[in-house]
Amino acid sequence: MSVVRYREALNEALREEMQRDENVILMGEDIGVFNGAFKVTNGLLADFGEKRVRDTPISENTIVGMGVGAAMTGLRPVVELMTINFSLLALDQIVNHAAHIHYMFGGQVKVPLVVRMPQGAGHQLGPTHSHSWEALYLHVPGLLVAAPSTAADAKGLLKSAIRDDNPVVFIEHEYLYGQRGEVPEGEHTVNFGEAVVRREGSDVTLVGISRMAVTAEKAAETLSSEHGIDAEVIDPRTLRPLDLDTILESVRKTNRCVIVEEGWPHGGVGANLAALIQEQAFDWLDAPIGRVTGADIPMPYSKPLEEIAYPHEPQVVQAAIATLRDA
Amino acid sequence: MADHPLPEPAVAKEWLETMLLIRRFEERAGEMYAKAKVGGFLHLAIGEEATILGSVRAMRDADYLISTYRSHGHALARGTEPERVMAELMGKEGGVCRGRGGSMHMFDLQRRFMGGYGIVGGNLPIAAGFALASDYLGTEDATLCQFGDGASNQGTFGETLNLAALWKLPVVFMVTNNRFGMGTALERHSAVTDLHKRGEGFGVPGMRCDGMDVLDTLAVTSQALRIAREERRPILVEAMTYRFRGHSMADPEEYRTKEQVEEWRKRDPIVTFGDRLVAEKVIDGDEREAMDAAAISRVDEAVAFADASPFPAPESLYDDVYVLGGQVRGWWSVDTLHPEEGAPQRAEAETGEVPQAMTAALEAGEDT
Repeated sequence: MSVVRYREALNEALREEMQRDENVILMGEDIGVFNGAFKVTNGLLADFGEKRVRDTPISENTIVGMGVGAAMTGLRPVVELMTINFSLLALDQIVNHAAHIHYMFGGQVKVPLVVRMPQGAGHQLGPTHSHSWEALYLHVPGLLVAAPSTAADAKGLLKSAIRDDNPVVFIEHEYLYGQRGEVPEGEHTVNFGEAVVRREGSDVTLVGISRMAVTAEKAAETLSSEHGIDAEVIDPRTLRPLDLDTILESVRKTNRCVIVEEGWPHGGVGANLAALIQEQAFDWLDAPIGRVTGADIPMPYSKPLEEIAYPHEPQVVQAAIATLRDA
Repeated sequence: MADHPLPEPAVAKEWLETMLLIRRFEERAGEMYAKAKVGGFLHLAIGEEATILGSVRAMRDADYLISTYRSHGHALARGTEPERVMAELMGKEGGVCRGRGGSMHMFDLQRRFMGGYGIVGGNLPIAAGFALASDYLGTEDATLCQFGDGASNQGTFGETLNLAALWKLPVVFMVTNNRFGMGTALERHSAVTDLHKRGEGFGVPGMRCDGMDVLDTLAVTSQALRIAREERRPILVEAMTYRFRGHSMADPEEYRTKEQVEEWRKRDPIVTFGDRLVAEKVIDGDEREAMDAAAISRVDEAVAFADASPFPAPESLYDDVYVLGGQVRGWWSVDTLHPEEGAPQRAEAETGEVPQAMTAALEAGEDT
């Protein structure tokens, strides 16, 4: 094991995959000379050259669309969108094209494209730069969606994403970029569709998405030390495909569930998961499924307001206790 | 219009035959729509045959062609069997896309016809992506990207032309200027109506061709493709053309006069080219009629095939949502339409095994 930051783990994944397969190329705004807005692509231009590490103009829809075309004709492009907020400008190419081409052309052609984008609030960037949008991409059949919360998963999932023949929306997190984690030495990949149990417990299941997997784990420690509640924490890691079995297995054990996400509540990941869980495990539930989400508002700039507009550990603790109130 | 000499007789005949095939195919497609055998939107290219054929015949077999929602003719010009195009229109399993795409989304990988696209302007970035791959892989392949005058107002037009010029990509952008973006006339949707000049600010030189003349279209597109291929830079070609039918079958055509349509019909690209072949004694009147009869009969066969082809089986609904076998071994698909089968269904078995039909499609994809 080596301990590296999340952004360094991503950098290792890109570097290793580019060394392994010369058809892997990178495209994005300021990924080359600038070394990446969040330094994920640091040093790659120097090592791989301009042909493979391509700085682009600020043209999100076209960058992704070129990735789609190049993927259809033999390359494995990895497109970096500076943040998930800007991916809205590329929604046509991501949804109407990348996600649909394999199906609408009767399986004749594949689109092995990865579109990377970081999300998340907490840096006082206001309404247009603080989104969390797993739910948006989770919605779309044809896409694979990853949202890793640790350095090891960031590396392992990105390597798997690059090797897969489907288009992948790869959701990173601005807060997590600087977080350190253990990453196995040597070749390390993580399969899509395999959730991980971060902490075993028997009283309540906490499902945390993206950074909220970290928040949920902290909340579980507090629940244990201060409230004597033994929470199980699950990080799905990928939302398409989704490892529902691991979540259901846990819920059938704990009979309670709280889903924690940073995005908005209506039509969110939690809304979807809650529906799936009640459809599949209704008889095992002893309490309504709880959700902790971002506030249903555009993200405010002011620090005290922003702080209460996305989930933190205390809200998760309260939500978990609420599921046990009548127990 | 430049006065171009005719090609070899056999070549000239093939052009007339194929334009006739496109015309007769489109007419029959319209009839099938009226009979409700074809659903959705149906955009016919009647009047634009010379633009289609002249540009496509300028291409090499290995070049990539990408088009719009008006692309039956592009598939036919590239050599796709009319049977499979008609079957696609009817939503049949024998269609080029197994009935998944329909009229607006034709595709034939083997002939490097890389698709018709339903989103106006959505195909430009993808075309540049083909050219990027060709350039990166060191091939001589060029890309021909066709779109309408309406698409030249999309953001992707400027974005893609800029990037293609910046990265020196071998791609020809051809704006098929049929003078209307759906029902909005060119003068009402574009401040600069000389569309071939619109690339200059992005570093993409423009050319113009008479899209009603197959010879001129071919000459200009050939030159554009040569520049793109040899000089490694994009070119914008504006083909001046006209569609004789409405935007789609659901178009009362209140935005243009009958007189304007009649004026353009005098320049019917198939009639004028046929007249010239007769005048220059490449064919005689009987041969011309026989060619037309052959086109009609070929379309008859296409309709018979499409009629006989089965609709896709219900159990194939989830086919090709994903490429199976790598990261996709199964996924939860919420099936609210069939509650009797129990709520969410896992759409694919978790064996990781790729179904046989899928294997064939994958192999076809890997051949190129």
